[in-house]
Amino acid sequence: MFDNLTVNQRAALLSVAMLVVGLLIWEAAIPAQKAAGELTEYERLTGGGAPKAGVPPPSDVLTKAWEQLSNPFYDAGPNDKGIGIQIGYSIYRVLTGYFMAALVAIPLGFLIGMSQVAYKAFNPFIQVLRPISPLAWMPLALFVIQDSEASAIFVIFICSIWPMLINTAFGVAGVRQDWVNVARTHELGAFRTAFTVILPAAAPTIITGMRISIGIAWLVIVAAEMLVGGTGIGYYVWNEWNNLDLTSVIFSILMIGVVGMLLDSAFGFLQRAVAYAE
Amino acid sequence: MSKPFLSIERLTQKFPDGQGGTLTVFENATFGIEKGEFVCILGHSGCGKSTIMNILAGLAEPTSGVVKMDGYEVSGPSLDRGVVFQNYSLLPWLSALKNVTFGVKAREPGWSKAKVEEHARQYLAMVGLEGDVVYRKPSQLSGGMRQRVSIARAFANHPKLLLLDEPFGALDALTRGTIQDELLKIWSGTGQTVFMITHDIDEAILLADRILLMTNGPFARVAESVEITIPRPRSRTEIVEHPNYYAIRNHLVQFLGQRSKELAGQKSDSTELRPDTVRIDHTDAEAVENPETSPRLRAVNE
Ligand SMILES: Nc1ncnc2c1ncn2[C@@H]1O[C@H](COP(=O)(O)OP(=O)(O)OP(=O)(O)O)[C@@H](O)[C@H]1O
Ligand SMILES: [Mg+2]
Repeated sequence: MFDNLTVNQRAALLSVAMLVVGLLIWEAAIPAQKAAGELTEYERLTGGGAPKAGVPPPSDVLTKAWEQLSNPFYDAGPNDKGIGIQIGYSIYRVLTGYFMAALVAIPLGFLIGMSQVAYKAFNPFIQVLRPISPLAWMPLALFVIQDSEASAIFVIFICSIWPMLINTAFGVAGVRQDWVNVARTHELGAFRTAFTVILPAAAPTIITGMRISIGIAWLVIVAAEMLVGGTGIGYYVWNEWNNLDLTSVIFSILMIGVVGMLLDSAFGFLQRAVAYAE
Repeated sequence: MSKPFLSIERLTQKFPDGQGGTLTVFENATFGIEKGEFVCILGHSGCGKSTIMNILAGLAEPTSGVVKMDGYEVSGPSLDRGVVFQNYSLLPWLSALKNVTFGVKAREPGWSKAKVEEHARQYLAMVGLEGDVVYRKPSQLSGGMRQRVSIARAFANHPKLLLLDEPFGALDALTRGTIQDELLKIWSGTGQTVFMITHDIDEAILLADRILLMTNGPFARVAESVEITIPRPRSRTEIVEHPNYYAIRNHLVQFLGQRSKELAGQKSDSTELRPDTVRIDHTDAEAVENPETSPRLRAVNE
């Protein structure tokens, strides 16, 4: 029956089947709320009659998604903003911190990759600073910067910097001497060598680092926004949890996944654009 | 004796041998190359040919000694010395055309984009690469095509000296023949000086004015300079009929097979080790001698 389908078509069919089965099991596993008439005296006295905050069925989540996505940018006060606005805040913070990190990490990585001395001098700092959980910087950032918005951006900056720095240094140091010799025999200066030979040669490794960084930045922003509050998708998740609105919590979890996937595939596209075969 | 175009004077190269000592690859090597000459260098693997070439290119510093071109000491690489690397060294993210324009742009920074491209296309056409192939990346080209791109890149820059490190090593016999012919054609039209490393005796006889023979290392010497007394233009099929061909060939085979070992490792006190000039010419009736009976045949010190 499936014999004349391509691998992709078969995989797509299987994915859809898994989704449907998963949603059905989820839907069936949610116990129906008891109607008030069926409650015993005891249950009524202990508050069992109030609607119980259970895990919502997928049908509720889908309804919520439809509702939210049909009007993503409404703004009805600090605690009631559309999902589009919340995600927009998060993306803004991620990109700001991320590009600031790139501005530091890529030139510094170049320097470290080109010079043994710079590599040895910077290495101990990198080794100590890299394993620090980005959120551990938060109290210090809040104290020094005195601004929650800027502190969140700083945390993104500090977590994005390492993969970009290390990959850039690694990529630059690994550029084949033959290619550098081509630049030398053509009397290219340091800047032209950097831009016309070393940068394109190291680009695939650098972009890989950038892709890892954006993934980490997106993981960290959710946690950071839960801490600093105010706006953003992380704050939204936490706020809906405080409201015990689990439908919204599940919906926003899904949205975090979708945005993360889009960011990653943008860098995947960039990676294919700079790739070369030797 | 007037100074030749390229003069290599008392060149010594030592490397750490990895066990705390030093390895002397060659010592006080001294020889010259005239303007417009095509010189091949033959020697066993590891004797130091690439080391010499890297020094001539300015990519490596010798332990001591100097290289002078046109009277000026060589220090660092220069556009006047074009290199065709053994492994082609094309930039893999650029198309064949872009690899050549890369060099032309470096040579002629003032040229317009169109002029640079036209010049590059002209040299690619010269090595037989025309049409859609020039837009392909090196990974999409055959070994022979890559080699030709690399030759086009070097020739398009009109270097005064061309340095070729086993440029045809990885090619099949058929492609090799075609590119050898192209190389000769280009060289004869431009009057450039060529210094080429090869492992192929027949290739060296076909191409060179003079063949330098190196003994085995360490303490390798450029021991002989053999003149190729076969008139040009030479064709692959006709040179084998020339009376000098087998005499020269036998001399080279005998050197590489036997004397390169016998002469190896002889540390000399001389501060200038020049190669002996060897001239084998059977066309001149009086000079007919048998190279087997007198191996040092008409060897004259410069
Ligand atoms: N950077 C280096 N450090 C230490 N030893 C080296 C270095 N480069 C070359 N050598 C040594 O110098 C000698 C000559 O090397 P070279 O590459 O010039 O040989 P070659 O004649 O080109 O050989 P082949 O024909 O195999 O290419 C070898 O013994 C090699 O081990
Ligand atoms: Mg070599």
